[in-house]
Amino acid sequence: MTEIAKRKIVNTFALSLACAAAALGLFWLIFILADVLRHGIAFITPELFLNEAAPPGMEGGGLKHAFIGQLLITFFAVLIGIPLGILGGTYLAEYGRHHWLGRLISTLSDIMISVPSIVIGTFVYAIFVKPIGHFSGYAGALALAIIMIPVVLRTTEEMIALVPWEIREAAFALGAPYYKVILQVVYRGAATGIFTGILLAIARIAGETAPLLFTSFNNMFLTTNMNEPMPSLTVTIYQYAMGPYDDWHEMAWAASFVITLFILGLTILGRIIIRWKYKH
Amino acid sequence: MASTIKREQTLDKLFSTITFSAAFLVLAIIVSIFASLFKESLTAIETFGFFGFISSTAWDPVREVFGAATTLYGTLVTTLLALAMAIPVSLGIAIFLTELCPKFLKPIFSTAIELLAAIPSIIYGMWGLFTFAPLMVEYVEPLLQDLFGPIPIIGQLFTGVPLGIDILTTSIILSIMITPFIASIVRDTFNLTPVQLKESAYGIGATRWEVIKDVIIPYSKAGIFGSVIIAMGRALGETMAVAFVLGNKHAIATSLFDASATITVTLANEFTEADSDLYLSALFYLALILLGMNFLLLAIAKTFLARKKKV
Repeated sequence: MTEIAKRKIVNTFALSLACAAAALGLFWLIFILADVLRHGIAFITPELFLNEAAPPGMEGGGLKHAFIGQLLITFFAVLIGIPLGILGGTYLAEYGRHHWLGRLISTLSDIMISVPSIVIGTFVYAIFVKPIGHFSGYAGALALAIIMIPVVLRTTEEMIALVPWEIREAAFALGAPYYKVILQVVYRGAATGIFTGILLAIARIAGETAPLLFTSFNNMFLTTNMNEPMPSLTVTIYQYAMGPYDDWHEMAWAASFVITLFILGLTILGRIIIRWKYKH
Repeated sequence: MASTIKREQTLDKLFSTITFSAAFLVLAIIVSIFASLFKESLTAIETFGFFGFISSTAWDPVREVFGAATTLYGTLVTTLLALAMAIPVSLGIAIFLTELCPKFLKPIFSTAIELLAAIPSIIYGMWGLFTFAPLMVEYVEPLLQDLFGPIPIIGQLFTGVPLGIDILTTSIILSIMITPFIASIVRDTFNLTPVQLKESAYGIGATRWEVIKDVIIPYSKAGIFGSVIIAMGRALGETMAVAFVLGNKHAIATSLFDASATITVTLANEFTEADSDLYLSALFYLALILLGMNFLLLAIAKTFLARKKKV
């Protein structure tokens, strides 16, 4: 009897610890989000989006230059990264699905997803920034694209593999060549999944800072010339947060708020789409 | 008719070549990352060698003497401390999610854990610098100092003026960042445990905890191990969160309240300031070492997770 009582006590104790761990995880999430919300929301003003940076220490500056820079860098990264990722994923799931090279690339992509992003930054510095002799927006976009490609590639591969093989056979039976089957049948079946993968990949690069530090670098002025050093929200947050001025810290918080909202929004949207897709 | 078939065949060949090139690009990128980092570090490799470089604690840009020991030490210490804190919590979360959580709460809770993983590292850094580090200075670190300071040997770990910008703060933030990665992979492997195994344990009168401890966890060993290695890779390569709260000090720290430097923080802070070829080359060398460690860890994790899937 005492043995059973002891086992019951141990059981309750261990399970309570598991609940406590879960509560701790939730606690950190709420703590961090509430903190970013609390600090950031007060400094979301029209000037933040409409003004460019004021000289250090002067009031009334905004982050328009960083918002525009971030959008441009992300746009070009998406332009390079998404088509390459989707096409590569198509090869892995279709033409190369039983080929050893396909399996190898698939595994390597998984590993590449976890390569520290700052290493990608040093790589782009070596192959792009150093040869042309200056930092540029294109280099930043290239670094983000390299980070994106394996992410999009693996989700595309997985989503395409979910399309039942019989559907392809039905199209083959009508005499359709393989590329038409992929373009008109497989892509249609996997579209929602691939789209979700793209959303999540954009969410992933939107918060990247380290690979931009020595590729697109930074800049206090508005520029739309991708061939120049280009400001981004994340690098600006880093610079402003580490800087000595209070209004810099305020703008860093505001920018953090915007970025967090954007990324969490995309992540939640992605999950909702996946759940909706599985239900139907 | 024949010409149509011919055209379609050509187009198909074209499309398959295009997709193959895109996939092959990944392989090409990986090879060129290794090759270009190696090429850029060549000057430093020739000057310091490998063992000479990783065992030297020197980091003196003025005299141009560089060694990786301090940054490697900082990287490994923060990573291992973060893992030590994250593993028990993540296992607890995984147990809660698979065995205890009421069904209607599951999707909400899973999403919450995933959001924790989605928060970008720069936000962890901001929060760490402006909110968490001050809390550590005010409450946690003096308390730890009072508790453990007087104990011999262990007390050494808690010496120094608590400034909040130190190894302890960094490790805690890193542990929060890697917890969701371990938790979600372990949850998935827990879910793979066959119901029959669990039920036969319940059938002979095991408590819920005994089923978890003696059936589910042993069954998921490979998955747990794989997830820990993946998390370790993440912690090694984490840059921004660490850059905010570790202080970038090149020295072998003996107290949890000392500032330190990791490979990533050194790269982030010094890369654009490196004014000599050897300095820049030494930084590339650090990046190469980090890449090598990361690749090796991930390859190990992949073999373990792949074995799990086969069984």
